[in-house]
Amino acid sequence: MGTAPNKTTATGQTAQQGFVYLPLIAGWLVPGAGHFLVGKWGRGALLAVSIIAMFALGLAMDGKVYTGAQDILDLLGLVGDLGNGLMFFVSRAMGLGGDPVMFTTADYGTKFIVVAGLLNVISAVDAHNLRTGRKS
Amino acid sequence: MLRPSHFAAVLLFALFASTVFGITQRDTPPKMLRYGIYCFVLFAGSAIVLSWVMFLIAR
Repeated sequence: MGTAPNKTTATGQTAQQGFVYLPLIAGWLVPGAGHFLVGKWGRGALLAVSIIAMFALGLAMDGKVYTGAQDILDLLGLVGDLGNGLMFFVSRAMGLGGDPVMFTTADYGTKFIVVAGLLNVISAVDAHNLRTGRKS
Repeated sequence: MLRPSHFAAVLLFALFASTVFGITQRDTPPKMLRYGIYCFVLFAGSAIVLSWVMFLIAR
């Protein structure tokens, strides 16, 4: 396992200042925000557009937003949905994604929402790697 | 209410997933673009191949 190539000062503190997990948390809450915080505007914009569009299309297809864990599959779906950060909580608060799945495309919509959450987690971890210097 | 065809749904899924994969899994923009296109072709191509396989099995 490689270590972060951050420059360290004589006191052992990292050269970069600030809370190191901020891009990770911001990237989870708002897609692309982690990349914006580390100055990667183009990457952040593309990630934001992709993830938000996937989530919105999922809702537009009448996809379901998981609200509870009745069984193991629901639990996995809920974990995936939680990856969407604020979009998940806002959609829950607005009552979106609550209708039962009636069409095949609605089931696709449910999967779009789950995958958008998983992609958002990957994106947030990437922002964290940029912040720590593991990736340039 | 959006009702895309199955293939349109596959293409949309492939487009967004490939974009995120390309940006997060590679370091430089040219490599990101190449990997994103590679992922898109794999997503869409595998869906087409599997569709034909299922069609031929069902006959």
